[in-house]
Amino acid sequence: METFDALGQGLLIALQPSNLLFAFIGVMLGTAVGVLPGIGPALTVALLLPITFKLDPAGSLIMFAGIYYGGMYGGSTASILLNTPGESSSIVTALEGNKMARAGRGGPALATAAIGSFVAGTIATIGLALVAPTVVDIAISFGPEDYFALMVLAFTTVSAAFGSSVTRGLVSLFLGLTLGLIGIDLQSGQARISFGIPDLLDGVEVTTLAVALFAIGETLSVAAAGNRAEEVIEPVRGSVFMSKEDWKRSWFPWLRGTALGFPIGAMPAGGAEIPTFLSYALEKRLCKKPEEFGNGAIEGVAGPEAANNAAAAGVLVPLLTLGLPTSATAAIMLAGFQQYGLNPGPLLFTTNPDLVWGLIASLFIANGMLLVLNLPLVGLWVRLLAIPRPWLYGGILVFATLGTLGANPSLVELGMLVVFGLLGYVLRRYNYPIAPVVVGLILGPLSEQQLRRALAISVGDPMVLFQSPIALTLYALSILALLGPMLFTLITGRRAPVGGDED
Amino acid sequence: MSDPAQPPSRPTPDKAGFVIALGLAVLAVVVGLDAWRLSAMPSYSAVGPAAFPAIIAGGLGILAIATAIEALKGAEEERPHDEVKPILWVLGGLLGQIALLPFAGFSIATGWLFAATVKGFGRGPVWAHFLAGAVISFVIYVIFAKGLQLSLPAGPIERLI
Repeated sequence: METFDALGQGLLIALQPSNLLFAFIGVMLGTAVGVLPGIGPALTVALLLPITFKLDPAGSLIMFAGIYYGGMYGGSTASILLNTPGESSSIVTALEGNKMARAGRGGPALATAAIGSFVAGTIATIGLALVAPTVVDIAISFGPEDYFALMVLAFTTVSAAFGSSVTRGLVSLFLGLTLGLIGIDLQSGQARISFGIPDLLDGVEVTTLAVALFAIGETLSVAAAGNRAEEVIEPVRGSVFMSKEDWKRSWFPWLRGTALGFPIGAMPAGGAEIPTFLSYALEKRLCKKPEEFGNGAIEGVAGPEAANNAAAAGVLVPLLTLGLPTSATAAIMLAGFQQYGLNPGPLLFTTNPDLVWGLIASLFIANGMLLVLNLPLVGLWVRLLAIPRPWLYGGILVFATLGTLGANPSLVELGMLVVFGLLGYVLRRYNYPIAPVVVGLILGPLSEQQLRRALAISVGDPMVLFQSPIALTLYALSILALLGPMLFTLITGRRAPVGGDED
Repeated sequence: MSDPAQPPSRPTPDKAGFVIALGLAVLAVVVGLDAWRLSAMPSYSAVGPAAFPAIIAGGLGILAIATAIEALKGAEEERPHDEVKPILWVLGGLLGQIALLPFAGFSIATGWLFAATVKGFGRGPVWAHFLAGAVISFVIYVIFAKGLQLSLPAGPIERLI
């Protein structure tokens, strides 16, 4: 019952007018950036960090969560109408959704995506509220060596889950870890990899790196593509309401998608892409009319969309209870917590219960708002899609540099933005995933801290790392995650289905 | 943004892969040398500041070798041709903004960034977009510097208000 008391308390906080306003701004902004190509929730939250620095922490975090959820809704709109997924977790939605739109069934496709997202988001948020206290109880007993093992697991799964090969994922991760070394070591006071440049002593800002990799890297690679990518917006024809048959065909995919998405998102395995692929494959197998798959089957939109929203809620479980981000957006949200001096983890539930439960309760509200706003405003989102690309990317760069200058008004910071932007372009060009770089930068210093704490307790004996059963289990899972794609190839003779890279 | 129609790969070694492997190796050496420098300093704790960089340097080294082996096996995919000119325009916009900011202020510098980026995406004329960009940037400056108290670099235009 304790959970429900806490949730009720949180609901009172989330229903305060100012927090409702933050949630509203968040979901509107989130949907808009989800719809637009080139910007996603990770970049948006990163750009907002310097602006929200002086605002109330609860309100800002509620807004960030709204952006996160809104981005998932908006991504599906772009996939269905444009066949260009706004977010990597919407790639699968584009398969059937765009076919439906071309066949004049764009309305029902958008509706099943929106209602499915609502159903999945609500169930998964209930799951989050129920699971979080249990994970917190377990996590309290974790020693530093267990935390270190947990982060190693997050590193391996993030590298294996994103990108086209494990080697590439690991290269991205180690680039992030290397960037995380830059600056003054907090325990010894020694400067590392700073080459005597004073601006590097503070280390690389997570926001600068994220803005550079996502905004500038993306702009450069789209610009370089020239007229290669031709895009056609499908007008929304017909009714947005689903017929009785559409409902009947959507219910079970929604529930199955949720059942796949939440647990996978909640594991420190991360990402919303994998459950969407699994859900698509599952619906294709279970569908009574398999011949419709590939020609606009509503199940192929309903299932993956539910899976991606459920996974989005699932990702918040390790973030809030363990302080472990498993996606780029979660990594930036962790930076958001840190800017207010808050450290997500088991202690946050006892030190700031109002904030945590207010945030969880606000997710229900954000979900409701998205359901109510999304379908009537479809016309507005479609118009966003029609913004000419030159102006859109020009605007993205203006806001990217504005956000960086706002966080730290120094020209060196802008220079780093350009350098990391070029890095982002090179990574994209040669198919290296982006998310592990960001996760490596933010988790690298945290994992080093836990490693050194564990070794300080054991007076330097490295065997302490392999003595706790929890840590050993986590290492076993890490090895499985690294070898998983290889085993998959061996067993099925095909390459493992791996997703895109953005959020 | 990859090209959907990929021609079959040839078994020639992947040049870009070797360059990336070389870059990783250089990075491994830089991090390793830094760790070596740090390890020479006296440390009070059981594990000093050098241990973690040493692990990362080792990891980078292994990845450099793995990347080189993958490159030796041949290019995995044919990469679509990227145009250089748009990239130069966008980079010129960003670098120009950095150069202009200290004396010309936020509006003019960011107006140039906007115009150059738009030009990179194939739309002109530059001067019209520069004017439009500068006006928009000025409005942004007023909102963010005055309303939200962000410290943005001011120039002759910004000092008027």
